[in-house]
Amino acid sequence: MTCVRPDSSHLAVVPAYNEAATVGDVVRRIHADAPEWDVVVVDDGSTDATAEVAHAAGARVLRLPFNLGIGGAVQAGFVFAREQGYDYMAQVDGDGQHDPAELDKLVTHMREHPELDVVCGSRFIRDNEHRYPAPISRRTGIHIFAFLLSRFVRQPISDPTSGFRLYNRRAIRLFATDYPHDYPEVEAILMLHHHRLRMEEIPVRMYARGGGQSSISSGKSAYYMVKVLLALFVGLFRRRPLPEPGGGAPVAAETGI
Amino acid sequence: MDNRIQLVAIIGAAGLLLFVLELVRRRRLLERYALLWLLSALVLLGLAAWRDGLERLANAVGIAYPPNALFFVAFAFVLLLLLHFSAAVSRLADQSKVLAQRVALLEERLNEAERRARGDAPAAEGSSAAAGPALDDEDVIEPVGARRASDR
Repeated sequence: MTCVRPDSSHLAVVPAYNEAATVGDVVRRIHADAPEWDVVVVDDGSTDATAEVAHAAGARVLRLPFNLGIGGAVQAGFVFAREQGYDYMAQVDGDGQHDPAELDKLVTHMREHPELDVVCGSRFIRDNEHRYPAPISRRTGIHIFAFLLSRFVRQPISDPTSGFRLYNRRAIRLFATDYPHDYPEVEAILMLHHHRLRMEEIPVRMYARGGGQSSISSGKSAYYMVKVLLALFVGLFRRRPLPEPGGGAPVAAETGI
Repeated sequence: MDNRIQLVAIIGAAGLLLFVLELVRRRRLLERYALLWLLSALVLLGLAAWRDGLERLANAVGIAYPPNALFFVAFAFVLLLLLHFSAAVSRLADQSKVLAQRVALLEERLNEAERRARGDAPAAEGSSAAAGPALDDEDVIEPVGARRASDR
């Protein structure tokens, strides 16, 4: 395990929607494998015992009063990280897909490359050794996004939907102000590019879901594909990608017409 | 144009206008949302009453039967209003998202403070960085629509 400077602080954000079956293990594994990380679970309006399980496992819990979707939940984590002044924030999914032992790899990579603002764990860099078991429909979508994004940002992107990412303070500040809604990871890459924040992928291992239901069923994923594609192309033509200080508030529409 | 259809159109448009005004008067409709309704009612009323104008409009865009121009204008306003509402709903959705996030953050802080007041150990083991408020000016989250500190 790398030596972590005691003066920097790390926050692991675990978005969870009805993940009572797995979220406790995820929290315990982060505590065990990455002890210098604080854990905050964002309970995205779950109807099961997600919040209680997470709290019992020793995490701080943000309970959203109703379901916001993954983007809104993770953004709550960004706001939390910004307000509490964390140096680094990482997203670790509540379904056990991400391996907390790999958090260290992300941090080490960012320390070695201080110019980076985001380090993203990719399932697809290391190809044959550890195939990620995703349904073919989903993989096709991921590769389409990867192809488009790589051209938009002129940098190879292999796994645009991976949520296993490490953010520094600049990136935390950006995404606390504005974070996309569905499949936010894809659009977030474009936002990073627009704001000249740097991102790099490193290979990580990921597991199939430990239990519970994915928030994205196959029928819905086609719908999300179209929605995200729209968001990507519109995002390309956005005049001011980020609400600047003194500009309009980060809200979908201005007042009036 | 047939006189009867003109009469119906005038009564309809005037009724709409009065109804919107009444809603605003009773504070059932915000002025912000009433404006577009008032505008559409006024334009429709104007076109219904002023036959010559309607006929000229119909000629200009190539509509053979002038009353159809009236329907066309009404339909255009309906589309505009619907788009307006979609925009309003988007804004509300985004605002309620921000509110939900604030509520979650505040609730967590309250729980933490209460736990600390009761003298329990904080739930999160080693919540080191989370101890002091590490806010600089730029880090303060401002409510939606508020003017930012840097404006001043």
